[in-house]
Amino acid sequence: MARSTAERKAIRSLVWLLVIIVALIAANGASVLFNNGQWTPKLALDLEGGTQIILSPQIASGEEVTQEQLDQAVAIIRQRVDASGVSEAEINTQGGQNIVVAIPGEPDAETLERIQSSAKLEFRAVLTADLASNSIIGDEGATDPGAEGADGEGADGEGTDGEATDDPATDPSAEPTPSASPTDASDLAWITAERQELFDTFDCSSLDVVGANVAPVDEPLVTCEQDSSIKYILGPVEVAGERIADARSGLIASATGVTTNEWGVFIEFDGDGTQQFRTVTERLVSLVGVQNQFAIVLDGRVISAPRTISAITDGRPQISGNFTEESAQVLADQLKFGALPIGFEVQSSENISATLGVSQLQSGIIAGIIGIILVALYGFFQYRALGGVVIASLVVAAIVTYLIITYLSNQQGYRLSLAGVAGLVISIGVIADSFIVYFERIRDELRDGRSVDGAVMAGWKRAFRTILISDVINFIAAVVLFVLAVGNVRGFAFTLGITTVVDLIIVIMFTHPMMVLLGRTSFFGGGHPLSGLDPKALGAVYRGRAQFRAPVGVSTVKVASSSREAQRRQTIAERKAAEASGERNNAK
Amino acid sequence: MSKFTRFGNDLYTGARSFDFVGKRRIWYAVAALFVILAIGLTALRGGFVFGIEFRGGSEFRVQGTTAVEEGTAAATAIAIDAVNTVVAGSNPRVSIVGGDSVRVQTEQLTPAETDEVRAALAEAYSVSVSEVSSSFIGATWGADITRQAILALVVFLALASLVMALYFRTWKMAAAAIVALFHDLIVTTGVYGVLGLEITPAAVIGFLTILGYSLYDTVVVFDKVRENTSEDGVESRRTFAQSVNLAVNQTLVRSINTSVVAVLPTAAILFIGSLLLGAGTLRDIALALFIGTLVGTYSSIFLAAPLYVHLRENEPEVKKQGMRPRVVRTESGAVR
Repeated sequence: MARSTAERKAIRSLVWLLVIIVALIAANGASVLFNNGQWTPKLALDLEGGTQIILSPQIASGEEVTQEQLDQAVAIIRQRVDASGVSEAEINTQGGQNIVVAIPGEPDAETLERIQSSAKLEFRAVLTADLASNSIIGDEGATDPGAEGADGEGADGEGTDGEATDDPATDPSAEPTPSASPTDASDLAWITAERQELFDTFDCSSLDVVGANVAPVDEPLVTCEQDSSIKYILGPVEVAGERIADARSGLIASATGVTTNEWGVFIEFDGDGTQQFRTVTERLVSLVGVQNQFAIVLDGRVISAPRTISAITDGRPQISGNFTEESAQVLADQLKFGALPIGFEVQSSENISATLGVSQLQSGIIAGIIGIILVALYGFFQYRALGGVVIASLVVAAIVTYLIITYLSNQQGYRLSLAGVAGLVISIGVIADSFIVYFERIRDELRDGRSVDGAVMAGWKRAFRTILISDVINFIAAVVLFVLAVGNVRGFAFTLGITTVVDLIIVIMFTHPMMVLLGRTSFFGGGHPLSGLDPKALGAVYRGRAQFRAPVGVSTVKVASSSREAQRRQTIAERKAAEASGERNNAK
Repeated sequence: MSKFTRFGNDLYTGARSFDFVGKRRIWYAVAALFVILAIGLTALRGGFVFGIEFRGGSEFRVQGTTAVEEGTAAATAIAIDAVNTVVAGSNPRVSIVGGDSVRVQTEQLTPAETDEVRAALAEAYSVSVSEVSSSFIGATWGADITRQAILALVVFLALASLVMALYFRTWKMAAAAIVALFHDLIVTTGVYGVLGLEITPAAVIGFLTILGYSLYDTVVVFDKVRENTSEDGVESRRTFAQSVNLAVNQTLVRSINTSVVAVLPTAAILFIGSLLLGAGTLRDIALALFIGTLVGTYSSIFLAAPLYVHLRENEPEVKKQGMRPRVVRTESGAVR
């Protein structure tokens, strides 16, 4: 018998679902093979343990760290850790001094860097520069212009807005001329005799001592490039890192717009910062030589010192240098969330066992299985054979959820905590609720007198709207909580979002097609008493074969008399049907 | 056919009907009573009881002990017992750090208690007291997490109201749904406050889950209400209140079923969590959700729908509805 359109669509949906499941399995397989993933989702700190890092603050002796500074540092570190994935780290203060960061798994160098570095960014104008190797007393920085050792500092990428950068040349003619107090930030009068001497004898390796190089904001700074190839005297701070509104990492486009293979960090200043930056670049454009450059200083070292070809008015510079994809991302996150108020160093980094342990996880899983069984039993009790559809849908939902969580765990660093497991078990109830809404709608349509086929389709149209709006609201909750909240709430939001999406997928692609196909069978379509779709049991208005339910609210006397009247006035078809059913009754 | 199915049929046709909308003053009074009790008793008790994660506490570090070699579970059990000899009924978090030292986190202790716990731990692990260090720790769920979470809640409420108002095409339904939501949240957190149960991050996550569930339930009821009332006009024979009441009755079976199904897995976790494991994450989430589901069902039926009628009954169009000379009909308003 030819399949009707509805049946074909139903089968197509089921096939698509199968395709999705296979695709998820393949994606997980690919992660396992190529990306060091695993077939089970990664567990969070409370279930698996991880690493505990104790950070102690670097302060001058005699000074004390205030509670505010610690709280602010905790908040910033938490944001940085959250930005690297949904790992639900535990961050708290200890003894009013230290910060303890507990993260699942073993942190690599990038993660430690992300957590602990100050990320204090400053923009200063370059006053003079020299090769770092020239640190002999008395040598005034005369170099061989041909020896462009400056090539080694890493290509300053072609920037936007005409900020094309070349290797900065050392300029032997930039000798300090004595004058009165400096008039602007590029004035060479900043270079006093003292500073000149400090510069000449400066050894870049002294910067390797952590936290060594801090100069007040309004005074010049002597420092080196990150790879210690060039040393500088930089003017006072012109634009501070706090003026950064946003930062992100990305591939740098060359001046012609072609995307190069280099990673960089794109910065956006806020209003004040844009203004200050414009002033700086406008002033530097007209200067020549080394003074044309401005330096981007991170934690006391110069990461980039590009030339100013034209004034930058939109406040969106970009930083390029020896970045990999990860280091660019780390720096962007650090800049985005702000610099730590004080510097920290890693005092210890130790392995820490699970706070809750595997037995709790097992209990959670057992509870989940019991939950599914209970829901299935209730489904059978209420909906008879439709309970089978409930079980089948729940099993498929469980499979899809497991695959999605494992995939996200491998790709996004999502980790399953015990609260997450509880959330997943509870979502069993929520998913089953969608089925109930659907089944009850079908029953309502049956009561109104439709056939099972028509009831399934009409019921679906109405039920789908209800299910959709509820899932949309849950999804909004998940998205809002994920974007705005931090810490554990983010993990919860992630789980909520996943279960909502799975609910929609299962109802649309499995439960409804199953109902359409089952409605074609004679067991369900004929309204067998055990099918849960029996029109008579539901008190349907029209019972088939011209039999109608007794109207409500009319007195029995009236019913009796009007039915006698109806019998007298039966049409031929009705009479025949009545005789047929009478024979059947007699034959029983 | 089963009694429940017959019950459902009767509700659907209007042969049986409960007067939810008509008796709404009673329901308002009950709801208000619960809310006042929740807030009042909690305030009397001195506010909520927050767990270690919110308030911070004391931390002890036992070094140089060989107990860890016997397994993590055994080693942590020693610590729990030791702490309980000093502070009965406490629930410390114990873990093994660095492979061989034990870290014990408890709620804030007085200096005297701190010394006693140090002594008890030293004895339990057979080390000298000098190997047990103590310090105080700040909250892991700090003020920044709370601030961001509250901000997120406010944004969510605004967005959800907007979406519901657009979907139902009337802001009054959204308003009634949000009032029911607040009622659910206050009563559920009130239970925690009244009973003095500890509020841990898991409990807070349970409260957040209630947000979604309460709105879900209300939307199911309001969907049917909208269906019934959209066919109504000035010339219909039912009053607005009767339409809404019929809708609530028709969805009663659906509401009961969805609540039972949502409660079953929660009850499973609650049972296993509290009986087998004692207090902990599972119990906290499950209890919050268990109470929240039941209260949510109550509020959708008894609070949200009558409130909606209340908001709309003074509109001129609605007043005129059902004023036509009436045909003999059942009290519920069905004319079948």
